[in-house]
Amino acid sequence: KEMTVRDALNSALDEEMSADPSVFLMGEEVGEYQGAYKISKGLLDKYGPDRVLDTPITEAGFTGIGVGAAYQGLRPIVEFMTFNFSMQAIDHIINSAAKSNYMSAGQISVPIVFRGPNGAAAGVGAQHSQCYAAWYAHVPGLKVLTPYSAEDARGLLKAAIRDPDPVIFLENELLYGESFPVSAEVLDSSFCLPIGKAKIEREGKDVTITTYSKMVGYALQAAEILSKEGISAEVINLRSIRPLDRAAINASVRKTNRLVTVEEGFPQHGIGAEICMSVVEESFEYLDAPIERIAGADVPMPYAANLERMAVPQVDDIVRAVKRVCYRAVPMAATA
Amino acid sequence: DSTDAITVETSAPFKSHIVDPPSRSATTSARELLSFFRDMSLMRRAEIAADSLYKAKLIRGFCHLYDGQEAVAVGMEAAVTRADAIITAYRDHCAYLARGGDLVAAFAELMGRRDGCSRGKGGSMHFYKRDANFFGGHGIVGAQVPLGCGIAFAQRYRKEGTVTFDLYGDGAANQGQLFEALNMAALWKLPVILVCENNHYGMGTAEWRASKSPAYYKRGDYVPGLKVDGMDVLAVKQACKFAKDHVLENGPIILEMDTYRYHGHSMSDPGSTYRTRGEIAGIRQERDPIERVRKLILAHDFATAQELKDMEKEIRKQVDAAIAKAKESPMPDPSELFTNVYVNDCGLEVSRPHLVLRIGPRIAELEWAKMNK
Repeated sequence: KEMTVRDALNSALDEEMSADPSVFLMGEEVGEYQGAYKISKGLLDKYGPDRVLDTPITEAGFTGIGVGAAYQGLRPIVEFMTFNFSMQAIDHIINSAAKSNYMSAGQISVPIVFRGPNGAAAGVGAQHSQCYAAWYAHVPGLKVLTPYSAEDARGLLKAAIRDPDPVIFLENELLYGESFPVSAEVLDSSFCLPIGKAKIEREGKDVTITTYSKMVGYALQAAEILSKEGISAEVINLRSIRPLDRAAINASVRKTNRLVTVEEGFPQHGIGAEICMSVVEESFEYLDAPIERIAGADVPMPYAANLERMAVPQVDDIVRAVKRVCYRAVPMAATA
Repeated sequence: DSTDAITVETSAPFKSHIVDPPSRSATTSARELLSFFRDMSLMRRAEIAADSLYKAKLIRGFCHLYDGQEAVAVGMEAAVTRADAIITAYRDHCAYLARGGDLVAAFAELMGRRDGCSRGKGGSMHFYKRDANFFGGHGIVGAQVPLGCGIAFAQRYRKEGTVTFDLYGDGAANQGQLFEALNMAALWKLPVILVCENNHYGMGTAEWRASKSPAYYKRGDYVPGLKVDGMDVLAVKQACKFAKDHVLENGPIILEMDTYRYHGHSMSDPGSTYRTRGEIAGIRQERDPIERVRKLILAHDFATAQELKDMEKEIRKQVDAAIAKAKESPMPDPSELFTNVYVNDCGLEVSRPHLVLRIGPRIAELEWAKMNK
């Protein structure tokens, strides 16, 4: 059986709202409009306006209200129409949500989920195309989840809603309509994935590729191409950016001795940089080649199609990077 | 009998915005007035003591004192129950004490000790008392206003019949998110009372230099408001009782408390560059909240001047004893560095090589093993 990411998210919301009356959804256009991207379709009819709240366009205000409701013990799900708009509310996410349990020595926990599409969509320009994984992953007190498939979307969203801490749940607009095979287990209402565990999406022995969200699909395509050329790539779908599954990453690198990190976001101080440091700290002596990073270009997202395509990593970029670290192509250092 | 009701006129009539104001006649009793005197004097003494502890370098960082504004915390508390919630900004010591907070835990927190109300991890600006619905203690000016509306949202969601008192200063009154939250609170009829403690200076900026309209009780536009003499504990109580009933029926209201802080904004501010010493002395002389209650008690013969003086001496001893006890409290255990980052420690990053190398040796082996379990 197959399921779209959109239906996976919708069913996860539905099941968790049905299971726990303290769960509610708030955000712009989540109710009568059925969600800007239809993730909340049908929920207003089923749960009513007390539990599915259309907010005015006031991110700082409604995010603060969501966090306050979580202080009192409700389990809010705050939808950002896109994570770009969460910048209006980042103070509440960091100062009001992430730090309260610590500052109060455990008196005020904040069981809240902030979710919505993140990263580059297509042709929407600089202010609507940015990945916030590294931003939020920087902050202790937050958890940051990045689903790729329908299985991820269902299992991780349900885990996020049940979690006692604030969770940033980064979806990808371009994946909403994609279908993935799902097992009966995944479709069961009790299905839930552990937070902090990566998934080895494809096993391999020559090189490790770490990635998340939409880029998992690109890495799998790259691995397929590489296999035809005799390179066996292991693709790690991180699923959780914070906590980061350092054990899985390092175990894989110790097996393959080579690493390419792939992310869509800006390169500086990004997810790849953190993974690289983790491998340097724990598995340096296992490396047979310098680590390579594939990331978005260090520029605001351009509008023109050709420029946008260059700004975002492509399957080819991953293929070439893997060949370099496997010494099947001229290493990057030698071309400088 | 000390609980016999008496009626006292508030210092001035309430000014109101799109609502009929409550009566000026407040009901009280000998017992209540004596408890007001006691509670406000304790707060005053505690804040003066905090000033000394700060100057003795036993309190670090930021420290914002509440002396002068005591009638707001005490009058509000008299109008509500502990099932109702309170949230405030960083001038929070007395809100905590008013909610039944422990004096030793307050001083221990100020000094960063393990018996502090946040086990030394919050500091002056981050006091909480969850079991009495006191939600802090917030350091980002104005951010607590939407948070308080969220607490009220939860109260309404659960049909608790309780309300939230959401405090902010005249400085925060210009923050955009206040108006965002108020709009939603009004749309959704949340049981929230926005209490603007107008002490007339946002840090060193006089209200008229920061606000085109300093009539804060009117600034909700479509939300009703009352202007209250925040130096008159009975007026505060009267207004808060009225407001609680109002918001349960009709949604939010703004109470502007006209009050005054004797200290500067924080300990680095002598409080005398942007206002005159004469202004401060004049308020002490004419509007001091404790002296107002003292006069009432004496006028009604509920106690003698000597008895009140004895009570103040007793309070002084109580505060000194609490400080002595707080000083005995040890610093937090090093392992506390890593507690409460996450509820179940899932996601805690304690075993990273850089951390182990840098601070591992400072934490006892047993504790480290426990944290890495």
